[in-house]
Amino acid sequence: MIEGILIGLTTALTFQNILMVMVGCFFGTIIGMLPGLGPMTAIALMIPITYGFEPATGLILMAGVYYGAVFGGSTSSILLNAPGVPGTVATSFDGYPMAQQGKAGKALAIAAWSSFAGGTLSAIYLLFMAPSLSKVSLSFRSPDYFALMILGLTAIAAFSSKGQFLKAMMMVVLGLMLASVGQDSLSDITRYTFNNMNLTDGISFVLVVMATFAMSEALTIILKRNDPTSAAKQVSLTELGSIKINKEERTKMYKTIPRSSVIGFLIGVLPGAGATIASFLAYGMERNVVSDEEKEKFGKGSVNGLSAPETANNAACSGSFVPMLTLGIPGSGTTAVMLGALLGFGVQPGPRLYMTNPEIFWSIIMSMYIGMVILLILNLPLIPYIARILAVPKNYLIPLILFFSVTGIYVMSFNNFDIYLMIGIAVVATFLRLYDFPMPPLILAFVLGGLMEENLRRSLLLSNGSWEFLWDRTLTACILATTILIVVWHIYKTFKRKN
Amino acid sequence: MNINTTKIISLLFFIFSAFYLYLAYQIQVFTFDENAPFNARTFPIYLGYAGLFFSGLKLILPDPNTIKVEHKNLEYKKTGILILIAIIYGATILKVGYFLTTSLFLFASYYFLGERRWILMFLLSFPFVAAFMYLLHGILDIYLRDPFLQSIGVMG
Repeated sequence: MIEGILIGLTTALTFQNILMVMVGCFFGTIIGMLPGLGPMTAIALMIPITYGFEPATGLILMAGVYYGAVFGGSTSSILLNAPGVPGTVATSFDGYPMAQQGKAGKALAIAAWSSFAGGTLSAIYLLFMAPSLSKVSLSFRSPDYFALMILGLTAIAAFSSKGQFLKAMMMVVLGLMLASVGQDSLSDITRYTFNNMNLTDGISFVLVVMATFAMSEALTIILKRNDPTSAAKQVSLTELGSIKINKEERTKMYKTIPRSSVIGFLIGVLPGAGATIASFLAYGMERNVVSDEEKEKFGKGSVNGLSAPETANNAACSGSFVPMLTLGIPGSGTTAVMLGALLGFGVQPGPRLYMTNPEIFWSIIMSMYIGMVILLILNLPLIPYIARILAVPKNYLIPLILFFSVTGIYVMSFNNFDIYLMIGIAVVATFLRLYDFPMPPLILAFVLGGLMEENLRRSLLLSNGSWEFLWDRTLTACILATTILIVVWHIYKTFKRKN
Repeated sequence: MNINTTKIISLLFFIFSAFYLYLAYQIQVFTFDENAPFNARTFPIYLGYAGLFFSGLKLILPDPNTIKVEHKNLEYKKTGILILIAIIYGATILKVGYFLTTSLFLFASYYFLGERRWILMFLLSFPFVAAFMYLLHGILDIYLRDPFLQSIGVMG
């Protein structure tokens, strides 16, 4: 492991890679702050820029963007009560009341320190857990992988859908259907191309991400521009107050951060869960463990109430890298985008990544530490200035997002068809979003579609067409049992809510 | 059964899945692969049935979380114009070239979204695109085809 850490440090500490972490954290913070634009959009916009880079450098940039966007989301949650990303919704529960009490600077500082601590602690957990999980995952066979993908897709549908499980499952199927367009990987038989040469290689991953996130976010913002329910409430950005945290507040944070980081990391590791669930769980748990006096302050500007979700959401970000790097199965929509980018670089994540590309594996882990430090150094002194970016007029922001989306596709394929296809998918996605059809399950399914078919093919061929492979191996059966548990739990929760 | 837009979307998805399934059965596979446990049409067939199953359930089951969209508050006109500008942009980018079409696309989008600060609009279109193009083409070495700039001798 020491050797790996050294390899990672050597790669991560080159001038170019440190610069990439800085650029990533900075742009991620800015994009994450803008309501409606989350880490997925931020990373999607970065993909075309990373084309010319080495895989490790490209991924380091994207990891920086990821942390930056999550932190940026907290800023808009605290200042505007308009979370930039779902993972920072819980931050607004106590962050926004604090800002309204004239303590916005303090709230932002607590968020920055908690994010830093949560991210750093979970990067340490990742350092120890990832190699051992890599070794365990070497024993995985095709049926286990197939079952794991079913689990990941079911879990993301259950967790991301806010009581709309069937809608999320429809999006999963749509994502898999989009992934099935083009040549069959084994026989080269074309499917769903309608004799159009442009579809022979399938639909590009970048195109689907740009269309369903960047472009459709932009169209949704314009569409809902005059909607009074979605109008962001402005607070004075000139009166941020002090950013100093006193001793009493620090003492509270010392207790909150370790427990929230453990919850955040463990939730992040689970496929499909991610920062949103982690932050809500950490907030709920913190409320249960604090004194009655402190409990009364929750929702009115509690330090514990702000620190807990902030620690957990950053810890979950690092946690979600575990299944992506070690199993090749993304733990969240954002890591699904990064998995697609990795495949684009010609790198196959999974247990063998640890052995075949140690510099990528370890440099990502090491760059997480560096990213956390840079995020803190960059953001604390810049808080008053960064906050002003929230005032960027949408008249400029929206065309620029559309421009980055079209450019991303244009430089990749140099054909009009892909641009039309992207606009078409974006229009459908915008319409679906209006009616609360979640997009992350679609992206995860699109990324996993090819791998899922491949593993199902191998499993069925090995078992001579029998579906017994689903319960032949204990591991496969356990994974499927977990999937069934998630579905049953979800149905139970839905009925409980109804009654 | 209460008919709302979510149900209509589910019905459309049901029809789409049925069409997808029909096409899945039409996929031509090699003769020796016809009776194999898995061939090019197996996975799409499962997906077609899965689509029918989930959208069918959504259609049949009651929907307690009905989403109500206030259409009168939505900016359909501006969104439509923006989509149209993007389509025109996509149609001309190859023939005219990246620089001019992108700059005009940005300028037109700012205008239709209600912006009237002409100097800022200009700075955030033509010089901005030139700088971005230099970053892509000049620094990152990503080729950008531009017949317009070639015709006036700016690009080789």
